[in-house]
Amino acid sequence: MSLIEVRDLTKSYASGDETVDALRGIDLSIDQGEFLTIMGQSGSGKSTLLSILGGLSRPSQGTVKMEGVDLYALPGEKLADFRSQKLGFVFQSFNLIPYLTALENVMLPLAISSVKNKEKQAAAGDALGRVGLGAKADRLPNQLSGGEQERVAIARAIVNRPHLLFADEPTGNLDSKTSTEMMQLFRSLNQAGQTVVMVTHNPENCDYSDRTVQLRDGLVVV
Amino acid sequence: MKLHNISLNNLRRRKAKMAFLTIGLVVGIATIVTLVTLTKSMSGDIERKMDEFGANILVTPQQNGLAMTYGGINLGGVSFDQHEILESDLALIGSIKNSKNISTVAPKVLGSVQVAGRQVLLVGVLFDKELKLKQWWKLFGEAPKAADELLLGSDAARVLNVMTGDSLDIKGERFKVTGILDQTGSQDDALVFAQLGVAQRLLNKQGRINLVEVAALCSGCPIGDMVLQIAEKLPGAKVSAIQQVVEGRLKALDQFRRFSYAMAGVVVFIGSLIVFVTMMGSVNERTTEIGVFRAIGFRKSHIMRIILLEAGLVGVLAGLLGYGAGMGGAKIALPFMADGKQLLLVWDGLVAFGSLGLSVALALLASLYPALHASKMDPTEALRAL
Repeated sequence: MSLIEVRDLTKSYASGDETVDALRGIDLSIDQGEFLTIMGQSGSGKSTLLSILGGLSRPSQGTVKMEGVDLYALPGEKLADFRSQKLGFVFQSFNLIPYLTALENVMLPLAISSVKNKEKQAAAGDALGRVGLGAKADRLPNQLSGGEQERVAIARAIVNRPHLLFADEPTGNLDSKTSTEMMQLFRSLNQAGQTVVMVTHNPENCDYSDRTVQLRDGLVVV
Repeated sequence: MKLHNISLNNLRRRKAKMAFLTIGLVVGIATIVTLVTLTKSMSGDIERKMDEFGANILVTPQQNGLAMTYGGINLGGVSFDQHEILESDLALIGSIKNSKNISTVAPKVLGSVQVAGRQVLLVGVLFDKELKLKQWWKLFGEAPKAADELLLGSDAARVLNVMTGDSLDIKGERFKVTGILDQTGSQDDALVFAQLGVAQRLLNKQGRINLVEVAALCSGCPIGDMVLQIAEKLPGAKVSAIQQVVEGRLKALDQFRRFSYAMAGVVVFIGSLIVFVTMMGSVNERTTEIGVFRAIGFRKSHIMRIILLEAGLVGVLAGLLGYGAGMGGAKIALPFMADGKQLLLVWDGLVAFGSLGLSVALALLASLYPALHASKMDPTEALRAL
């Protein structure tokens, strides 16, 4: 069953006097519970595709439907609400908030929910436990290693139990040993039922996914 | 974890940046508090000093005629049915509703006497009251204290050819000249001043006076009201405000206030600019952070609330510190700004709450654009990595 349906997606940027076509008509379906990796060289449009799939950047043309909802037809701030309730993001640079502890960073997506604080803490503690970092909940990001920061970023992305987890080059800033640990973590999350869409330039990461989509010059080639 | 926890943690863990922002605002608020407090403290003192400086109400007997005197030139006049004010009625001036606004009541009796073969105008005064009223008088010698002592105007001394320490005979009584006035350019130059009681006896006007000059404190009481109140108490007298003096004083005070508020306005503007620049810098520095907030589903209003809450909290802190620092500054500066020993620092609740409110309002207003700017950031541009 398709979780996401992408039809005829294009994205163009103005760069000086020229127009750059980052995506040139993408059709894609992602199934519930699938682990999809998007591969491609720098400039192939993979990060642009991820940002559009994640409801962060409006496409020039085409539709993105998730569970039948056309994301870019949502009115006003409904798209932000959609991201809050259904999506989780792991960024390449982790982008943890430097003045919040690991636990507080994980609780961040819940800050705008009406759930009681105790429940938020329990959910964040549980998410940190799932990524194996329960013991370092009170540390600030600068007191954690790169791998640990990545784990906190993953815990933050899964704390509200999203329907879809996006990861943009999550191993790009990590050494090979930590990268392997992270990919194993994503795999275990996927095996527990989490749908994962990951952008990567490392072919080894594709071994952990169910399917890989290759992008070249804004088009799906495989 | 609520939105306010994000603001509080940011303030708590970015102490240096928040201290800079707070200090900028504290300096602005403290300057305003100092200026306003000094203005309030000093304007009261200036007002009091100005009001003591010469009379602003004149009480004369009712007369059915017009004086023909201008600038010291007397062309005579037509007057008849001349009245005098009884000295015992002077106490009634002190019983008016606004009696607390009366600074000095200086009665005078006038009459012509023969001195050294010349006709001169003798004026009987209460010297302590007169000297308080005419603080611009410069005396060579001393003011008369005893009944047989005189003070002469500069022209009178020259015409009578006397110096301090010399004696003069008036109606067979010998008087000692203890003081001579420096030239004033007024009619005082031609007068001979004696103690009120002595002059009344010499002029055969015991218990009567011709003129009362009143210095009234304008603060909190329109001078016109006091004129009416005195006229009610002294129906036989003509009471008039010296409008030129009253208006002049009000204008001078008004200018002083305007200057202070203009200065405060400039400081408010600079303070707002500091907050605006610092908040804008802070927002630009937090671009990635705001991108993360947007990506995980924060609405624009959530971003604005975080930024404005931070600004509001900084505003409260800066308002409290600024008020304390401003009052401290005013306390230190006040003795240098005025020589009045009795000058008191005015503790005004309006300034306290006003400075707090102003600080919060400034912080919020100056942060409004940065907050709007932050809330409108494109998450992908903010995150750059995506």
